[in-house]
Amino acid sequence: MAEKITIPIGPQHPSLKEPACFTITMEGEKVVNAVVGLGYNHRGLEKACESRTYIQDLYIIERVCGICSHAHSTAFCQSLEYLAGVEIPQRAAFIRTLVAELERLHSHLLWLGVGAHEIGFDTLFMYTWRDREKVLDLLATLCGNRVNYGINTPGGCRRDLNDEEIAMIRKAMNELEEQVKYYTELALNDTILAARLSGIGKLSHDDALRLGAVGPVSRASGVPDDVRAIDPYAAYGIVPFKVITDDHCDVFGRAVVRVLEMQESIKMIRFCLDNLPSGEIAAKFPRRIPAGEVFTRVEAPRGEDTHYVRSNGTDKPDRVRVRAATEANWHAVRHMIEGDMLADVPIIIAAIDPCYSCTDRSFVVKDPLTGKDKQMDWGALRQYGIDWYRKERGVDPSRIPLPGKRFY
Amino acid sequence: MDINSTLIAVFLFPGLLFLCAYATTLEFVDRHVYARLQNRQGPPWYQPIADFLKLMGKEVIIPAGADKTMYKLLPLVSFAAVATAFLCVPVFGPAVKAFNGDLIVVLYLLTIPTACFYLAGWYSTSIYATIGSVRALTQLFSYEVPLFMALLAPAMLAGSWSITEISAYYTANPLYVLFNLPALVVALLAVQGKLERVPFDLPEAETELAGGTFVEYSGRYYAMFRMTVDCELVVLSALIAAIFVPLSFDIWWMEVLCFFISTLLIVFVLTFIRATMPRVRIDQMVRFCWIYLTPLAMAQIILNLFLRGVVG
Repeated sequence: MAEKITIPIGPQHPSLKEPACFTITMEGEKVVNAVVGLGYNHRGLEKACESRTYIQDLYIIERVCGICSHAHSTAFCQSLEYLAGVEIPQRAAFIRTLVAELERLHSHLLWLGVGAHEIGFDTLFMYTWRDREKVLDLLATLCGNRVNYGINTPGGCRRDLNDEEIAMIRKAMNELEEQVKYYTELALNDTILAARLSGIGKLSHDDALRLGAVGPVSRASGVPDDVRAIDPYAAYGIVPFKVITDDHCDVFGRAVVRVLEMQESIKMIRFCLDNLPSGEIAAKFPRRIPAGEVFTRVEAPRGEDTHYVRSNGTDKPDRVRVRAATEANWHAVRHMIEGDMLADVPIIIAAIDPCYSCTDRSFVVKDPLTGKDKQMDWGALRQYGIDWYRKERGVDPSRIPLPGKRFY
Repeated sequence: MDINSTLIAVFLFPGLLFLCAYATTLEFVDRHVYARLQNRQGPPWYQPIADFLKLMGKEVIIPAGADKTMYKLLPLVSFAAVATAFLCVPVFGPAVKAFNGDLIVVLYLLTIPTACFYLAGWYSTSIYATIGSVRALTQLFSYEVPLFMALLAPAMLAGSWSITEISAYYTANPLYVLFNLPALVVALLAVQGKLERVPFDLPEAETELAGGTFVEYSGRYYAMFRMTVDCELVVLSALIAAIFVPLSFDIWWMEVLCFFISTLLIVFVLTFIRATMPRVRIDQMVRFCWIYLTPLAMAQIILNLFLRGVVG
C-alpha cells in the first residue's frame, strides 16, 4: 500500500485557464480522492443585473462568458421576449441560429486546442487555434466583435447580413470543412491520441443522468441531451441537424462528439444561409416588461445553459439567475477523476470544457421569517415547497411522485 | 599532447566553448523547426542565447525546505558530466580522449544528469518536483536498457568498445550500417525519453506538474540545467552520428560538413517526433519501452552477434 499524498492543482496551475482548486489525494499516481474547490471568480453578476435596466443587463449577460456569450444573450433575450409576449421575426431567428453555430464552431475548435495542449500535443493546439481565427474573423465581420458579439437584442437582432458577408461565410466554411474533416480523421484514427484519451474519465450512461451532466459530456455517454432538439428555440425547429451521441463514455468519446458536432454546425450554417428569410430583423420591444417569471434554456457549446428571469412590471428585473453549462458538469468531474491517474486529471477537467467564471455564484440562505442564516437538506426543502404551495396556492403537491429519471 | 593543446581541446575546441555554442544552435534549430511544423514563425537565432543570459541575471530563490548545498551543486555536476562525455565523442575526426571502452564511459556519464534531475527534484521538496523526480527515475529504468542495447549492438558487430574505432569500422564497411537500422530507431526513440521531450516529457509535464523536477529552480541554476539538457542533445546526436553514420573523410571541410549535416538530421527527426505526438502516460511509457523497444534492441544484439560470427 503506497503512502497517500495530497497535491493541489490550482488555484494557479498551468493546466487551468482560470483559478479553481482541485485537491487531489493520490496513492502513487492513482487518484483516490478529489475535492473540487470553486469560488475564486465570483463577480456578483446576478445582483448587478437586478440593479440595472433590461437593456443594460444585456451587456452584463453578454459578458457572463467569453466563449458562449451568444448562448447567454440568446437565453436572456428569449426570456424577455416571452415575458413581454413579443415574437421575433423569422430572419432574426435565422441570424441567431447562424451566429450560435459559428460560436459552437469556434468554441469546439478552442476546446480541441486546449485539450491537445493538456496532453502535450502542442502542434494540434496551434493548428486548431489558427483555424479558429477564421471563425473569429467571420464573427467580427458579422457582429463587429470577436468575442462579445452583441448581435442579440430583445425582439430580434441588431445587425443584418448582406450578400457580401454571406459569400464570405460560404468561402470560409469551405476552407473550414476541409480542416474539420482532417481533425475528425485525426481524432478517430490517430492511435497515440486514442491510446491517450480512451478509458479515462469514465462516465457511464446512468451516472451521466444521475449526476446531471449536460452537453457534449452527457452526449458522449450516450444521452441524447441536446436542447436544440428537445426544446427547439430560434430557428432550430426548422434547421435540420443530427444530435451527435457516442457510447465511448470517456474523454475520447467527448472529443469525437465535439469534432462531429463541428461538421454538423458547418452544415447548419450552410442551411441557414441558403434559407435565410427576408424581412425585418427586429420587432418593437417595450421598455417595461409585465410582471411574471420565466425559465428558458438554450444549448451553449458546452451544454445546456439555463436562465431564470422574474420581472415586476418595471424596467428592471426582480431576479436573474444564470446557470452556465459548467455548473451542471462539476458534479460529474469528481466522479470522473477518482480512480484515474494524475496524468489524466488535467485532460479530464478540460474535457468538460470548464468555464469557471461563468459558474461561480455565492448564495446566502436566510430564513424568511427570522432573517437568520438557515440551511435545509433536500427533504426539508421539498417539505418547505409542499407547505408553501398548500398555504399560498391551495394545492397539495405532496402526492406528485418524484421522477426516478430525468426526461427519459 | 602537450598541456596547451590539451587545454585548448578541453575548454575551447572541441570542448566546452564549442559544445555550448553548438548546443544553443541546436536548441534554436529544434525550436525553429518545431515552430515551422506548427505553422508558426519561430524564434530568431539568438533566442536561446538571450534566454540563457536573461536567466543568468535573474534572482535565485531557494525554497526554505531545500538542501542549499545540493541545490547549488546539482546543476554543476550534471553539466560537468555532460561536458566530460563530449570529450570522448568524435567531433570532426577522432575524439579528444579516445580509448577502448569510451562508449561505456559516455553512456554512464550521460546517466549522471538524469540522476541529478532526480536529486534536484527530490531536494527541492516541492510536491510537484517530488512527483516529477520519481517519474524521471521510473522513466530512466524504462529507456536506459533499450538505449544501452541499441548503442552496444553496433559496437558488437564492429568488435570494439571505442567510439572512434566503431566509426572507423563502419567507414570501412559502410553497408553493414544497414543491419543496424532497427537499433537506430530504438536509439532515436529512447533518446527522446532521455532528453525528456514529448512524447516522453513526463518528468516536466507542464500541464500536470507545472514543470516537474525543475519547478523550484530559478536564475542561474535553472539556466545551468537548461544548458545541460541542450548539451546532452549535442552529445547524443554526435554519438548517434558517430555510431550509425558511416562517413569519414580525409578532407577536413568534408568532415565538418558531414558532422553538421548528420547531427542536424538527427535533431530534425527528434523534433519531428516531438511535434507529431501527444505526451503518453507513465504506464504507457514503461509498457512501450519494455514491450517494443527492449525486445527490438535484443533482437538487434542477437542479429549482430550472428553477423559477427559470419563476417568474422
